[in-house]
Amino acid sequence: MEDLLLNLFSILASTIRLATPLILAAMGGILAERSGTVDIGLEGKMLVGAFAAATVASLVQSPWLGLAAGMAVAVAMSLLHGVATIRYKGDHVVSGMALNFLASGLTLVLGQAWFEQGGQTPMLSNEQRFTPILLPGADYLAANVPVLGPFYKTVLSGHTILVYLAFVIVAAMVFLLGQTRFGLRLRAVGEEPNAVDTAGISVPLLRYQALIGTGLLCGMAGAYYSMSQNAAFAREMTAGGGYIALAAMIFGKWRPVSAMLACLLFGLLTALEARLQGQSLPWAGEVPTQVFQVLPYVLTVILLAGFIGKAVPPKAVGRPYVKER
Amino acid sequence: MSGDTSIGYAVEMLGITKRFGTVLANDRIEMKIAAGTIHGVVGENGAGKSTLMSILYGFYQADEGEIRLQGKPVQIRSSTEAIAQGVGMVHQHFMLVEPLSALENILLGAEDGWLLAKARQKAEVRLKTLMQTHHLPVDLHKLVEAMPVGEQQRLEILKALFRRARILILDEPTGVLTPQEAAQLFTILRELRAQGVTVVLITHKLQEIMDVTDNVTVMRAGRVVAQRRTQDTSREELAELMIGRPVLLQVDKGSKPAADSAVRLAVKNLRYHDARGVERLKGLDFELRAGEILGIAGVSGNGQTELLAVLAGLLKPSAGELQLNTLGQQRRFDAKQWLPASELRAFGCGHVPEDRLGEGVIKNFSMQESAVLGFHQDAELGGWAWLSPKRIRERTLRLIEAFDVRPVLPSLRTADMSGGNQQKLVIAREMARQPEVLLVGQPTRGVDLGAIERIYRELIKARDAGAAILLVSVELEEIFALTDRVMVMNCGAITGIVETAQSSAKDIGMLMTQEKAAA
Amino acid sequence: MSEAASSLPAPVPKPKPITNKMPWWMNGLAIPGVQLLLALAVASLVVLGVGESPFATLKVMLVGALDPQAGLSSTLYYATSLIFTGLAVTVAFHAGLFNIGGEGQAYVAGLGVALACLWLDGTLSAPLMFLVAVFTAMLFGAAWALLPGYLQARRGAHVVVTTIMFNYIAAGLLNYMLANVIRSQEGMAIETRPFKEAALLPKAQPWLQSMGIEVGPSYLNLSLLVALICVGLVWWLLWYTRLGYALRTYGQNPRAAKYAGMSAATMIVTAMLISGALAGLMAVNDVYGAQGRLVLNYTGGMGFLGIAVALMGRNHPLGVLASALLFGALYQGSTDLQLEFPRISPELILVIQGLVVFFAAALDRLVRDPMERWYLQRQLKRAAR
Repeated sequence: MEDLLLNLFSILASTIRLATPLILAAMGGILAERSGTVDIGLEGKMLVGAFAAATVASLVQSPWLGLAAGMAVAVAMSLLHGVATIRYKGDHVVSGMALNFLASGLTLVLGQAWFEQGGQTPMLSNEQRFTPILLPGADYLAANVPVLGPFYKTVLSGHTILVYLAFVIVAAMVFLLGQTRFGLRLRAVGEEPNAVDTAGISVPLLRYQALIGTGLLCGMAGAYYSMSQNAAFAREMTAGGGYIALAAMIFGKWRPVSAMLACLLFGLLTALEARLQGQSLPWAGEVPTQVFQVLPYVLTVILLAGFIGKAVPPKAVGRPYVKER
Repeated sequence: MSGDTSIGYAVEMLGITKRFGTVLANDRIEMKIAAGTIHGVVGENGAGKSTLMSILYGFYQADEGEIRLQGKPVQIRSSTEAIAQGVGMVHQHFMLVEPLSALENILLGAEDGWLLAKARQKAEVRLKTLMQTHHLPVDLHKLVEAMPVGEQQRLEILKALFRRARILILDEPTGVLTPQEAAQLFTILRELRAQGVTVVLITHKLQEIMDVTDNVTVMRAGRVVAQRRTQDTSREELAELMIGRPVLLQVDKGSKPAADSAVRLAVKNLRYHDARGVERLKGLDFELRAGEILGIAGVSGNGQTELLAVLAGLLKPSAGELQLNTLGQQRRFDAKQWLPASELRAFGCGHVPEDRLGEGVIKNFSMQESAVLGFHQDAELGGWAWLSPKRIRERTLRLIEAFDVRPVLPSLRTADMSGGNQQKLVIAREMARQPEVLLVGQPTRGVDLGAIERIYRELIKARDAGAAILLVSVELEEIFALTDRVMVMNCGAITGIVETAQSSAKDIGMLMTQEKAAA
Repeated sequence: MSEAASSLPAPVPKPKPITNKMPWWMNGLAIPGVQLLLALAVASLVVLGVGESPFATLKVMLVGALDPQAGLSSTLYYATSLIFTGLAVTVAFHAGLFNIGGEGQAYVAGLGVALACLWLDGTLSAPLMFLVAVFTAMLFGAAWALLPGYLQARRGAHVVVTTIMFNYIAAGLLNYMLANVIRSQEGMAIETRPFKEAALLPKAQPWLQSMGIEVGPSYLNLSLLVALICVGLVWWLLWYTRLGYALRTYGQNPRAAKYAGMSAATMIVTAMLISGALAGLMAVNDVYGAQGRLVLNYTGGMGFLGIAVALMGRNHPLGVLASALLFGALYQGSTDLQLEFPRISPELILVIQGLVVFFAAALDRLVRDPMERWYLQRQLKRAAR
């Protein structure tokens, strides 16, 4: 019984850690899409963010500077997307794709040229990265309080700072969207840019501001990979995470809390995949690991097809804003 | 004009000129609106009324001219500046964000601080007062998408008043309202007038002008043609001013064949509801006979567009029956199984759409590719799977010759053709197979004089050869020039079917503004 | 103003009317050319940034790739795959759809080819096996594109998002099949057993050698001919068939297509089926013609590169052909980089790929608008003379 509980807690802890970069990227995606910009470039921004963060952190002693660098580079990429789609009315999907290619190639070319380790950046010492934080009283509670104690120690405590930040950011997003002037305008411009324009607000400016937010969050997500989950940047380390975050955003119907839950769900699937490899389940036999890998995408397709509720994107998303005649 | 100079004009538009490319939308407009009145601006689609008001609201800048508010010259370079000057606008297509609540829509752009909670409270207090004073009940916490259209419109007005508008422009406000809702709106407008708000009502509905305005400006083809005190004029005079232009074209219409020619198309109790649930066609009954041109007259927006689209199989009616008697066969369609657009031509019908560029041709295709739109399955154009560009070109040249389309360049991009030539091409295309029924919408919109004459001749030729032609037109001279009978529509119903030869413009004008007589 | 209609069409007035349409050489050469130069310029900055000479790098990339004795055959081999995936994007594009699922469709087609070969390579002769491979590749590729197409036509699920999802689902599916179901019994590699020699057509190099022509060794095979035939077929389909006319009409203006009696659902599904089949043919080039077995991730990003090829080639079959050759050369050239410039990883091709797509498509107007304005001014000046 105790073993089962510990296993369960361990899986939950893994879930939280695996979901964190997804949550950050999904929040970034929500900012972009709810303001009217389709952004499939979450993956690329995470990748360059991871690379920049690890590179800078390896040169200075502060992980925070690394984080800042990662966020800055991701913002730059996000603004490129903005210029192409907002100023030059380019196709949103094509622009996102192009930047993803660019990110893949650039991180590897620069990584190889600068560090000559097959695309990896130098290993980060504990001073240069984010390390797990033990919440106060964790050990004591684990030893003395049944069930809740180990839960506190394993599931709630022991994560790096970025993990806790991610959940704070979800709450901040809810507040931003619902309770602030910027959030109101953002929600409006993705549905009915005409209404925003006739109210005297600049549509392009709003969209650029949203994209800056996207960059910041994706940069943070990327930094998580290279400075929190691991201790260096490795080639293609985001491994499709940006697309899973995209799926989670759609699955969560472009709302922060629902998207966060979707990210946790998808994180759980990944955690289970590792845990259940080679093991036989009583009702299904051995479940192929690929099923877990593929499930987030399958679920999203089912949702898009309208079989489990409707996924209605912001009305004006993907359409360049032109003043009507 | 009622409201004399001592009170002052709330708005003066002096010498306003605006061009879009080569189109002169506003041509030296002079308009003065007295403060505290309801002022109507009336004219056909394309007369320039919306453009003029958009300039007042800062959406566009005039190329020449001056605007004065309360006698002071002002520069309105954006909607923000217009709002700051006390100008508010309720657009024809509401500028509302559907998934947001009424309160949020009102706050958008007028948030008063970065934190919404406080702004909400303050706003709610002010709004309750405004709603009471002006009789504008709106559920502030309801989502816009859940509101009936009437409430949405009240919300738009409330939005403008919240921003302290003293001049309120309403652009075609009753297009989406039921008669009862329209009456409620007018009560609100009279209330606003009593409170000293200046109301500008843009409309093409003459009855509204007579019912609620104090003064009216008539616009036509980008110019102001008249200004009147409403009490000094009438619907008929306004109709003449609005539509009238000298009759330029005399075509020998010839005489209509005997009244017992075959009925090609019969419609019974046709009803159609649009996507919003508003009833656009309210139980139409009529017949179309071989060898006649039946005109459908009426100011645009009264259901003619929907009628044509339904008959062409592009829209599905909510009730009613269609009988088609073509190619020797009787076919019956009802609301459950309606005429499919893909079979239209196979059943011996042709359709010249109202929206030439949106439906009738493909802008980026060459002339010859547009010339086979709807006919690409014709056996004579190639083998079982392939299309022969040579044969398409030959057919195009035949169409060009038949209708004198210019230039004689089948490879020219359709968008580079003049409107008149595009239209001639479409008509040539649809008439090439000598259809027994021809549905025609606004055939001479945006078409030059020479092309118009040619089109008229061909239509009459087709009629003489036995075709049954349904012609929707907002131009009265066109109706008189071409048709044998006229069916007049108003508010989605038929107000009368008369013999053209026995009617005058006045008669038709009256029918256009009449409500349908109780059955 | 209205003249009596003559019995023959009047002769074309000279000079040609001034139109907004650009001549073919502007759209097909000048504008993409400038965009390509911009992309290469930025890529050169990257190369400079790591301390190497852009000119030397480019020279190494192109010289080897175009030398018949060295890399030309490999260039053509890569170009073959790119022609298939590029044409796939092109056909869908003309119907107004953006099919970015080429990678997944090609991957699933590989499964189809592998299944057919594993089953029949003992019984069929090489030419027959080849034809079966072509058929199964098209079938499986089309099938994988069918679902996203159907979901858009009937349930409004946007093809762009669903094809991204299906790419990943394909990866999972193939991963499972290769690791468990059709895995080779020998060795640790995750791949199928090699198809029997007798069922495989000879590659280009030995075949040319037997005719006395010496070329460098490569994977180039008969699929190149299939690709060239497809270029012609797609051109014929789009501009010389009724179906092609219908697809293009729908892509230009769905309302006019409805007016003309076309069914939107039929258009969407048909376009996706053809597109998927074309992408699937890549499997014939790679799985059957080159490797002779199915390996993990055999597509290697060619599906995505095909998108760049199509966009660069302005979605015209000839443009796709030219683009495919260009990118094939760059791809081959990037593998050559390793020897001369060990510090520049071959992923430079991804940088170029990304920049090309960015400038040729996303930032298209940046170059197009000024160039079109220049051209129109020139026309007006000439007309005024």
